[in-house]
Amino acid sequence: MEEALVRAVLFGTPILLASLGALLSERGGVVNLGVEGMMALSALGAFAVALEVGPVRGILAGVGVGSFMGLFLGLFAVVLRANQFVAGLALAALGLGASGLLGKRYEGVPLPQPLPEGGLALVALALALGLHLLLSRTRFGLYLRSVGENPKAADLFGVSVEGVRYLALALGGGIIGLAGAYLSLAYRPSWTDGMTSGLGWVAIALVILAGWHPLRAVLGAYFFGLLFFLQFRLQGSVPIPAEAFAAMPYLLVILVLALSGRARAPKALGQPFDRGR
Amino acid sequence: MRWELDPNPSPPKVLLTYAVFLLLSLLGLGVLFLLYGVVPLKAYGLLLSPLMDTLGLAEVVRRTIPLLLIGSGLALAFRVGFFNIGAEGQLLMGAVGGAYVALFLPPGPWTLALMFLLGGGLGAVWSGLAAWLRVRFGANEILTTLMQNYLVYYLVVYLVAGPWKGQTVFGFLYTDPFPPEAKLPRLGDTLVHWPTLVLGIAAALGLQLLLFRTPLGFEWRILGENPEAARYLGLKGGRLIPLAALLSGFLAGLAGVGEVAGIHLRLLEPAQISLGYGFTAILVAWLARGRPLWVLFTAPLLGLILAGGDALKLSLSMPFRVVDVVAGLLLLSLIGAEALSQRRLIWRR
Repeated sequence: MEEALVRAVLFGTPILLASLGALLSERGGVVNLGVEGMMALSALGAFAVALEVGPVRGILAGVGVGSFMGLFLGLFAVVLRANQFVAGLALAALGLGASGLLGKRYEGVPLPQPLPEGGLALVALALALGLHLLLSRTRFGLYLRSVGENPKAADLFGVSVEGVRYLALALGGGIIGLAGAYLSLAYRPSWTDGMTSGLGWVAIALVILAGWHPLRAVLGAYFFGLLFFLQFRLQGSVPIPAEAFAAMPYLLVILVLALSGRARAPKALGQPFDRGR
Repeated sequence: MRWELDPNPSPPKVLLTYAVFLLLSLLGLGVLFLLYGVVPLKAYGLLLSPLMDTLGLAEVVRRTIPLLLIGSGLALAFRVGFFNIGAEGQLLMGAVGGAYVALFLPPGPWTLALMFLLGGGLGAVWSGLAAWLRVRFGANEILTTLMQNYLVYYLVVYLVAGPWKGQTVFGFLYTDPFPPEAKLPRLGDTLVHWPTLVLGIAAALGLQLLLFRTPLGFEWRILGENPEAARYLGLKGGRLIPLAALLSGFLAGLAGVGEVAGIHLRLLEPAQISLGYGFTAILVAWLARGRPLWVLFTAPLLGLILAGGDALKLSLSMPFRVVDVVAGLLLLSLIGAEALSQRRLIWRR
């Protein structure tokens, strides 16, 4: 029982981090469907740097790669006002592809000093609380929410819609990068192609399930973590094929989407902002 | 200084913007090649190498076939506002349906037709499910269709490793080979299964007519361009969206049947059935800007990139992910160019 809870938290942590990162930009009105690719590439960046100069700088590298990709998405979603959904999907493909290509030389290389999972799990929990406070108690949070709900009004009050959205994408990207670093430095201290195994998509669904609320995302992430734990535990001991277990996260995402499809999203979510219109 | 919408961008400006963005994506690709340890120019050359000989061209056509079928369906679906990202899974469902007919029903002259029917039907069911989830529960179809891709992926793995695993194969994840009745005719000794090519061209033409020459197409276009107006006119999104979704899924299913009946002649691992056709077809449809007819030009273009990616994999032993990179960069440069070309820079506030 205790083991189940611990594993649920540890497995829920990357999902929690990734979904906090996506949540941050979504509260500002920008959909980020690139999470999976961002996680994959930052996991690789973190791993490569950790091999050379140690795990702490590896974490920084992961966060940096994530932030950079967030800014890159912002170039399309915020500056050019391109279709956010398509830009995110393209970023997911690009990140997965680039990580598979560049990570080939790290395949099978062990990491000498892995990071403690528990410590990072606490960091994730603190980040969730911090994000909640940021959104509900700070001026930036107020700006961010108003930009996500009614960019026109925010603009009239002199808030830079682009600036706020850009900052949210960079910060959120950094948190997603941390999720990638957790995977390759702590959870499974190694690099394999496709090691994010759909967690990014689960994280995106979790944002919806949590109703765009950081604290509710914590519960949701640990719930997913518990399900993943049960999946590993039950595998082999029940007469259900392994493929059914592997397909479980994706099935869960569909169920979550069906159950919470009309949940209340930020009003301007997914819509590019154009002052002239 | 600020951006503003450009009501009618001039054609040279549009062309220039696209050219600049394509160049940027080539540069980005070059950087990745360098990081991987390959001289970019050599890699670019390999990407275009299929144009140099007949065998290479046949490879391009072979890749074009599924892209035509899927791309024209997606062009329609996107136009209507159903963002079907799940063609990959619908294609695999088609392959499963085709394989079921070929392996388990008595063979005869009807086999191929039945394969296309069941394969297309399963593809349609798979996309129809996402349409139903959207219409009934408001579930975002971009995410549901994407997740469905993974579900069929594991279904196919389960089938070829489990109940459908061939009696005559050892160690490999195959079914038994299909009977001769289930084999599509090919052009000469190439892998061009021409009946599917004909189906693809017919799909592009047919959907173009359906979309631009019929009352149904008119309703579809209104719904896609202006959902508010559609509601005002009493058009039922609950009927129009699933219809477009079913059609696009059906065509993707046909593409899946074409792959197993025209090329592999058995059901095998999903990554070998579809070489990223579902995702590449998104590019095909995006480039065609919601006009199924234009798919006749954009599908061969992307077919060339897939064939070129194959040449890269074979001669430089690159991992298969290189195709994802090319597709992602290309997609980004396309939407970036589209967005930028419709805007202009104003120097005053």
